[in-house]
Amino acid sequence: MSEIADKVKKIVVEHLGVEESKVTPEASFIDDLGADSLDTVELVMAFEEAFSVEIPEDAAEKIATVKDAIDYIEKQKAA
Amino acid sequence: MGIVSPLGLGLEHNWSRLIAGESGIGRIASFDPSDLPAHVAGEVPTGPTESGCLTLSDWVPVKDQKKMDRFIHLGLVAATEAVEDSGWKPESEEDRCRTGVMIGSGIGGLQTIYDASITVHEGRARRLSPFFIPSALINLVSGHVSIKYGFKGPNHSVVTACATGVHAIGDASRLIMLGDADVMVAGGAEAAVCPLGIAGFSSARALSTAFNDAPDKASRPWDRDRDGFVMGEGAGIVVLEEYEHAKARGAKIYGEIIGYGMSGDAYHITAPAEGHEGAYRAMQAAVRSAGISVSDIGYVNAHGTSTMADDLELQAVERLFGDAGRQLAMSSTKSAIGHLLGAAGAVEAIFSILAIRDNVAPPTLNLDNPSTESVIDRVAHEAQRRKIDIALSNSFGFGGTNASVIVRGV
Repeated sequence: MSEIADKVKKIVVEHLGVEESKVTPEASFIDDLGADSLDTVELVMAFEEAFSVEIPEDAAEKIATVKDAIDYIEKQKAA
Repeated sequence: MGIVSPLGLGLEHNWSRLIAGESGIGRIASFDPSDLPAHVAGEVPTGPTESGCLTLSDWVPVKDQKKMDRFIHLGLVAATEAVEDSGWKPESEEDRCRTGVMIGSGIGGLQTIYDASITVHEGRARRLSPFFIPSALINLVSGHVSIKYGFKGPNHSVVTACATGVHAIGDASRLIMLGDADVMVAGGAEAAVCPLGIAGFSSARALSTAFNDAPDKASRPWDRDRDGFVMGEGAGIVVLEEYEHAKARGAKIYGEIIGYGMSGDAYHITAPAEGHEGAYRAMQAAVRSAGISVSDIGYVNAHGTSTMADDLELQAVERLFGDAGRQLAMSSTKSAIGHLLGAAGAVEAIFSILAIRDNVAPPTLNLDNPSTESVIDRVAHEAQRRKIDIALSNSFGFGGTNASVIVRGV
């Protein structure tokens, strides 16, 4: 797993208080990990802070799963 | 009923420590108060649950804790104890809709607002937590309690500074009387022992500063050496229920709310009117609504904050009781736990009910030399065994708001 993926996973575990094993790439923040709409806002902020990236609102709305987050951040970092 | 206070966690633990004359007041530990004028406060002790201290994760899941200010944490702790103690677990949708919540706070999430202000001030507004607003809002204790237990009845909250707790209990009992609910979870929660809270009340010259080196002596209602109140934190919650409803399900009934009175001073933002005539009218209205005579009241839990206003409240009680004052016990339990602001009235109403249950008047600590003599026994230093059938509890708040509630054993 990439360094980014590791860090994303850690942030999700910390913010949503879920077990690490549940944070699979396919896991949906809302459907699988018990987040509500405010949790996802906070999560996106935490990603922005941790990776020093800007995630505009329209992009944030499309981040539904752990993989979505990793892909988006990897793309930003590669750019 | 449920309490979390500077004396610790849990109804019986609080009561036994109070009756034993113990103090929950100490040097502020949650932050360094050295730069502030007042160094003492009543903070909820942290430690293992079984020792009567607070381990927050036993009550609020860790991942939810950061979504709530501490006053909501403390409100949830006391509400959990109260609801579980009541045995009320509505199963049907109808019963859930007939169960409401009215928990207030004097100030709400002060530390949360302070922290958020700094984030914005530093130009990091876009980093502000989405939980900032719901963490700080006063009515969110009621909201969280309703979500936790599925109580779908009236969801309300009270904000009347230091009169909040009595107003919440009184107003909730009225909602039951009016038929809006059968059961109401009511009370107050406060957690303003933070730099901004201490600094703010210090600026208003309201806090004790002369006993920074002897914290347990700082709260001394009616004593000639008193020099201001000591802030405390905590929550007191009761479950109120329509009498026949409670009887029908065989509920444990501690007591009955029989009287409630309110008034406004229309005088000054922080100082009570001469002779505390607003307090007099609130108590008078409560006695009238209870349909009793003052001589039926055996115990008064005074507002008694350890400020100059103590003697004015005493005057108002003397005026109301007249000769019946000779048989009366009146104490201020703020001498042991400090002033819990919006939670004070609720915690003190609970103490009043336990005073009836056990026929014990809790003591006024540190009342070494009363600044004014009185025929009323103010229960100095030690608890007193005496027959108490009916008790009255007073709470008065900034803005000139006064509330009194009268309770009776069942």
